[in-house]
Amino acid sequence: MATVRLEFSPEPAHVRTARLVGVAMARKAKLPEERLDEVRLAIGEACGRAVTRTLRHGLRTPVVVEMRDDNPYTVLVTDSAPDDTLADMEDEVTVEASLAILSSLAEELQVTPAENGTGSVVRMSWTPRQRRSPR
Amino acid sequence: MELSLATRTVAAHTVLEVVGEVDVYTAPKLRDRLTELLEAGERAVVVDLGRVDFLDSTGLGVLVGGLRKARNLGGSFGVVCGQEALLKVFRITALDQVLPLYPSVEAATAHGGDQ
Repeated sequence: MATVRLEFSPEPAHVRTARLVGVAMARKAKLPEERLDEVRLAIGEACGRAVTRTLRHGLRTPVVVEMRDDNPYTVLVTDSAPDDTLADMEDEVTVEASLAILSSLAEELQVTPAENGTGSVVRMSWTPRQRRSPR
Repeated sequence: MELSLATRTVAAHTVLEVVGEVDVYTAPKLRDRLTELLEAGERAVVVDLGRVDFLDSTGLGVLVGGLRKARNLGGSFGVVCGQEALLKVFRITALDQVLPLYPSVEAATAHGGDQ
């Protein structure tokens, strides 16, 4: 198993980089080609959510993405932003759509508070192949 | 690929052709252009996503915002999307029930868009 950890300043431009790395790791984890678009979109959603939450508070704390080339392929996206109320209708649509996309595309999805109490962790996973039966 | 935008007139509609990726980085550019068109007095706007290869929730928010602005101004607003990958995103979020989607520019401009 290999783990790639990507830490980036909360700039929207970096989300694309995270998508590209996430898809490269998904290939390495042997996810079938037809699932890669789902992975790309889900990682983009989770990272975009983290960047938006961070910038909304005027924070510069980094977003951390951890990708585990395992079975299942697991991606964790962590931000350090407190929860807040949304500014306008467009934000509300975006947040609701983002959660709907994440729920639909990841085989397993958990959104939990960060360990230190401020921020959140999105954990997503996809199974590339059947697990071996225990002997 | 980043985002490029171009407008043209088709059957009395302003068609905004979007090319590239619409995400958290590029969506503000789309939002600004839509606002600019509506504030300039365009009242029949069609957003053509035919050459968009990535669309995330930020882009969806901008499209719904565009629809809302156009309606408030008494205008029409349509979205052209024929790609299954993008249509899936609209369906997952149920925004295919909110945004007027058309398979082609011809269909969008013939219909007259959502009022």
